[in-house]
Amino acid sequence: MSGSDGDERWQRLDPKSVLAVGVLALAPLIPTGALMTLTGAKVAAVLSMVGIWVGIAVLVSAATAVSWYFTRYRITARRFELRAGNLSRSHRSIPRDRVRSVDLTSQPVHRLLGLSVVKIGTGQQSGADSEIKLDAVTTSRAAALRRELLRGAGQAPAAEPAEDEIARIRPAWFGYSALTASFVLVVWGALVSGISSLSELVKKLGLLDAATERFVSLPLWVGIGTVLLGMLLIGMAGSVALSVEMWWAFRLTREPGTDSERGDTLRVRRGLLTTRSVSLEERRLRGAELAEPLLLRWVGGARVNAVATGLSTGQESKQPARKTLLPPAPRAEAHRVSAAVLRERGSLADVALRRHPRAALRRRLIWSLAISCPIVAASAALALPGVPGPSWAWVVAVIALPAAGTCAVDAYRNLGHGIAGDYLIARCGTGVRNTVALRRDGVIGWRVKQSLFQRRAGLVTLSATTSAGHGVYAIRDVATGEGLTFAEEAVPELLRPFLEEAPRG
Amino acid sequence: MSEPHERPTEAVRLRPPRHRVERRAIAWWTVQAALSVVPVLIVLAVLSRMLPAVRYWLLLALLVVGVLGIAYVAVMPSWRYRVHRYETTEDAVYTASGWVNQEWRVAPMSRIQTVDTARGPLQQVFGLSSVTVTTASAAGPLNIDGLDRRIATELVERLTATTQAAPGDAT
Repeated sequence: MSGSDGDERWQRLDPKSVLAVGVLALAPLIPTGALMTLTGAKVAAVLSMVGIWVGIAVLVSAATAVSWYFTRYRITARRFELRAGNLSRSHRSIPRDRVRSVDLTSQPVHRLLGLSVVKIGTGQQSGADSEIKLDAVTTSRAAALRRELLRGAGQAPAAEPAEDEIARIRPAWFGYSALTASFVLVVWGALVSGISSLSELVKKLGLLDAATERFVSLPLWVGIGTVLLGMLLIGMAGSVALSVEMWWAFRLTREPGTDSERGDTLRVRRGLLTTRSVSLEERRLRGAELAEPLLLRWVGGARVNAVATGLSTGQESKQPARKTLLPPAPRAEAHRVSAAVLRERGSLADVALRRHPRAALRRRLIWSLAISCPIVAASAALALPGVPGPSWAWVVAVIALPAAGTCAVDAYRNLGHGIAGDYLIARCGTGVRNTVALRRDGVIGWRVKQSLFQRRAGLVTLSATTSAGHGVYAIRDVATGEGLTFAEEAVPELLRPFLEEAPRG
Repeated sequence: MSEPHERPTEAVRLRPPRHRVERRAIAWWTVQAALSVVPVLIVLAVLSRMLPAVRYWLLLALLVVGVLGIAYVAVMPSWRYRVHRYETTEDAVYTASGWVNQEWRVAPMSRIQTVDTARGPLQQVFGLSSVTVTTASAAGPLNIDGLDRRIATELVERLTATTQAAPGDAT
C-alpha cells in the first residue's frame, strides 16, 4: 500500500463544514429581510429579526463546531471507523468488505466551499446502522475515500480507474419531464404554498386585484381557459426546471472491479446545483424495471429503475431517485440501457411476451364497470333538469364508461410474461406500465394467489419473491396451468414436486 | 407456445400440501371470529337503545352485521381447515392458506433465513402454535397457523438444522 490509503491515523472532517452550516442557517435571512422591507415593516422590527436570526446561526455553528471537534474517522486495513460526540460518545465501525455503496452529495453551499457529504452504506436492510455519514469532507478527499472503500481492502490504485459510459443525458430528454405528472404536482404545490406565504406582498403590490379585475372583464370561458392554460404551462415549465436541476450532467457508467469477488460497480452522477454520485455494486443487482407512466408512454418515453438488494423500502420512499438508472428518455434508449445494465445481448423488450387469457380481459371490464357505473349514475342524476347540479355533469356521465372501458382494455393488453435468457419478464399496469426483468437465479420463492372469482375463471396471480426491490413481482391473471408451467420453466425444480396433472375438462 | 403437443404439460395444478393443521384449529378460528364479530354487535345493540332517533337504522345495521357475522363464524373456520395445509421436503417449504381467497407459497430451503414459533394467548388455550418461515424477501413470510405445540417445535428444529446446513447468505 502506498500514499494515503490504509492510513491509520484518525482524521477530522473538513473545518469548512462548520462554515457551511452557518451559511445555510443564515440563507433564509436574505429573502425574509427583503420581504419585510418590501411590505413596509418597521426598521426596528427588521433589525431585531436579523439579530435573532444571526444569534441562532451563531449558536448552531458553535454546536456544529463542538461536534466537529469530537468527530474523527479513520480507515484501517480492515475497517472504516467513526468516532463522534462529546457527551454521549459513539464509535461505529464497518468492516471494509461489507461496504456496499459510497454516495457523494454536494449542495450549492458545499460546492462553493469545495465540500462533499459522503454516505457509506453496508446494504443491510436494518435502519439506522446501515449507513455512516461524513458531513463533510473536501471533494477530492471524498472522491479518494469512495475509490478506496469501494476497491476493497488492500487494493487502491491512485488514479480514477477507467470506466465504461453506458448512458449520458441529451438536452432533448428534459422535454419528457414536462409530462411527468408527479413533478407538475410538486411545482403546483410549491406555487400554492409560496403564494399563500407571500400573501402580504401580493396584496401590497395589488397583483391579485389587478388579476381579478382582468378575469371579470373577460368572458367566463376565456377566463377559465386562460387560467387553466397558465397553470398547465407554469407546471410544465417548473417540472422541466426541476428535472434540469436533478438530472443535469447525468451519466451512467460502469467501473471495473479489481477482484472477482467485488465485481463491477454501476455509478450514476447527476445534478445541476446539488451534485450527486450514487454507486451500486453489480452483484447486488437482481434485475431492472422499465416504468412507463401513461403520459410518458404516449410520447414514447420510459424510465429505468434498478432492482437491487439492500435498497430498503424506507430509503426508497425518501430518495426515490436512488434506484433510478435512467431519467425519462426515449423508449429505445431505455431498452438499450436496461439491456446494457443487465448484460443481456439484444433488448429485453424485443422478447415476445406471452398474452394472458381472455378471462383476464373480462375481469378488467367488470372492474371498470363496477367503478364507472356509480359515477355515471351520480353525474346523470346531477344533470337531470330540476336538480341543482353543474351543467357539465352530463359530460362526465357520457365519458366515464368509455374511459373506464379503454383503461380496462389497455390494462389487458399490457399484461404479459416471458423468459429472456437469464431473466424472467413480467409486465402489467395501465396508469404506469411496469416491465420488470428479474434474474431467474434471484427468485427465492413463489406465491400463487387465487381469489374466488379467479378460481371460477381458471386464473391465478403468480408472484416471484426476491430479496431485491419490492420483494415480490407479480404476473397477474395468468391461466393456472400456463402460469405454473412458466414458473417451473423460469426456475426449474422449485415448484415441480408440488405440481400434479389437472383433470381434463 | 400453443401447439397441441404442448397442451399436456400445461394441464397442471398445485396439489395440496401433505399435512393438515390440527383439528383444534377450527375451534381456535371460531373463537377468534366470534371475538371480532360479537363486540360490534354489542356496540350496535347498545347504541340502538341509547339513540332512539336513529334506532331503525341501527337495528338494520345490527341485522346485516348479525347475519353476515354468523355466516362468517359458522363457515370460515371449517373452510379454512380444508384449505390450510403444509409440507416440507428436502429442498423446500410449501404452504397453503386462506378460504375465499387462497394462497400457496413455496420457499426453497437454501433461501430460508429465520424460523420462529409464536403462540398468542388464544392459541395457548387450545395448545396451538404458529410457525413463521422468513426469507430475504421483504414481501412477507410463510406462516403455518394452528399446529400442535409439539409438532411445531419439531418442525422448527428440523428446519433450523436443514437451513444451517445450506451454504450462502440466502439472498
